[in-house]
Amino acid sequence: MEPSMYRYDEFDRAFVEARVAQFRDQVERRLKGEITEDQFKPLRLQNGVYLQLHAYMLRVAIPYGTLSSRQLRMLAHIARTYDKGYGHFTTRQNIQFHWPALAEIPDALADLASVEMHALQTSGNCIRNISADHFAGAAADEVADPRPYAEILRQWSSAHPEFSFLPRKFKIAFTGAERDRAAIQTYDIGLHLKRNAEGELGFAVWVGGGQGRTPILAKKIRDFLPHEELLSYVTAIVRVYNLEGRRDNKWKARIKIMVHELGAAEFARLVEAEWENLKGGDLSLPQADIDAIEAYFAPPALPDRPEGDAAVRAARLDSRTFSDWLDRNVVTHRHPDYAAVTVSLKAIGETPGDISDAQMDAVADIAERYGFGEIRVSHEQNLVLPHVARADLPAVHDALVAQGLATSNIDLISDIIACPGLDYCSLANARSIPVAQQIALRFSSLERQREIGELKLNISGCINACGHHHVGHIGILGVEKKGGELYQVTLGGAADEHASLGEIVGRGFGPEEIVDAVETIVETYLSLRHDRAERFIDLYRRLGAAPFKEALYGAEARVA
Amino acid sequence: MKVLTANRLFDGEAVWLAADHSWAETLPAAHVAHDEADEERLAAHGKLSAARNEVVDVELIDVQLVDGAIVPLRLRERIRAAGPTVRGDLGKQARAVPALAAA
Repeated sequence: MEPSMYRYDEFDRAFVEARVAQFRDQVERRLKGEITEDQFKPLRLQNGVYLQLHAYMLRVAIPYGTLSSRQLRMLAHIARTYDKGYGHFTTRQNIQFHWPALAEIPDALADLASVEMHALQTSGNCIRNISADHFAGAAADEVADPRPYAEILRQWSSAHPEFSFLPRKFKIAFTGAERDRAAIQTYDIGLHLKRNAEGELGFAVWVGGGQGRTPILAKKIRDFLPHEELLSYVTAIVRVYNLEGRRDNKWKARIKIMVHELGAAEFARLVEAEWENLKGGDLSLPQADIDAIEAYFAPPALPDRPEGDAAVRAARLDSRTFSDWLDRNVVTHRHPDYAAVTVSLKAIGETPGDISDAQMDAVADIAERYGFGEIRVSHEQNLVLPHVARADLPAVHDALVAQGLATSNIDLISDIIACPGLDYCSLANARSIPVAQQIALRFSSLERQREIGELKLNISGCINACGHHHVGHIGILGVEKKGGELYQVTLGGAADEHASLGEIVGRGFGPEEIVDAVETIVETYLSLRHDRAERFIDLYRRLGAAPFKEALYGAEARVA
Repeated sequence: MKVLTANRLFDGEAVWLAADHSWAETLPAAHVAHDEADEERLAAHGKLSAARNEVVDVELIDVQLVDGAIVPLRLRERIRAAGPTVRGDLGKQARAVPALAAA
């Protein structure tokens, strides 16, 4: 059966195919020297093609992090045919290939188009790929699946003539649950799908979040926007930003700066004034249109599988490994006989988010056999099988173990978010991946990790913060100092519904010191917590940075 | 001391300008400029090569000689010359002819 996801209509297909043909022509003209690099660079960026340290990089969009088995197999094919046998899932639910030759990228894009995928709007000052809760449509705590609305915004924002050249890039995220798994407060617009007291669907609208060199959390400018006014209201926000946002200074051009400088109330006033001209007009969504898109996301028919309880109980008794995996990597589904499984791409000592072509094929097979052919990408750089019968969990576990994809570490210290860093990225100042690997190896004992409990550790290799270090419970930012690497530590960040920005704890650490520093922080936490129920972030909020400063810097901290 | 580096247009491969004005795929084959006049000659050639659509992102980078080997001063350039430090099987370092160890 087809997974519950949007399928291209004739317009989408023709549009994407036309863009592939257009880019093929642009690449040919560039290689023949008919257009200059200055002319070509913005064109390649509009097609997701960057130039990095070792080669070009192709960033492929995965709308709201939803993939079918067929699409994941195509990504495996791209990795095998045009790259070096692997891909890297990003914190924006996209995938990057780090080695394609420019001359072959049009062929790769044509292959992607055959499975309704593309790389459009994965770069440039436009509305980027729209992200969503990776458990959308499956989570037990969800009010409604936000992906149909994300798809409506995707269609609206694709090649939008008014919004293709904004002051800066623009990112939108959705959650359909009170518990925010999509980090919406770190987005230019965060949309929280909810019901009001009358039971009607709508959105809490958050605006002006962002990370980078000026991290700011989004402000809620509207508590309830009727869902049919999504397009009109988002248009009003982006229009106000497009007209009033700064274009004179790249570092002050994101909407977060505008909202911060104007103040959320004044920004909201401008938006509401603009919206007065738009609401109830052409951009109001007819229920029939919402229904038509929702039909694509209709959940798979989930037959009752009551034998799951017995199967899981037996497997728990039979295997400690399975039991650990069940506790960490499997979450409740809205159907009691099913579960959502997180496939860890954080095997100890490996690169966070990397996956080989063979592993992609294997996950596609597992999803097809046990998960209705559906896969999600999380912003935490893992994969998710959103609909797995509990009765099939032992088989899924065994199949993932065989691929090295069953590390039981979700939300633990080795489930590290890390950008590609200086090993690949031309913007980076320091390496991220080796630091992540060394920390994971230092804490390789899963028993120790479980004892520590939930701890989100995020690493970025530069101030652009692709590794979300500002919102890690422990954040690590790599900088270049005197030709070497230095790692600055922040504590107390969080990306959920209680979002907070981490605070710099003190002077940075060299590459040989940073793992010890993390261990010191963790040991300090363990020594001070009330009990295991008090998570690292809870303790930090109770005690602040002082005990950590003392542990890390001792007398130096007291003098300061 | 400086060498001239760039990325090859058609595949993005990191390259360095050799003494014969060809673009070498490994750093040890690069021509080292020891004075400003030589640097200017390298830069002029790089500009010409970019205009001929052979390479992009042309840049003079600082290097030093360590036991006769060319070593870029910045880690970034050492990684470009070797490959990802976390994937010894990829990049120049994976070739039969040894490249520079990055870090």
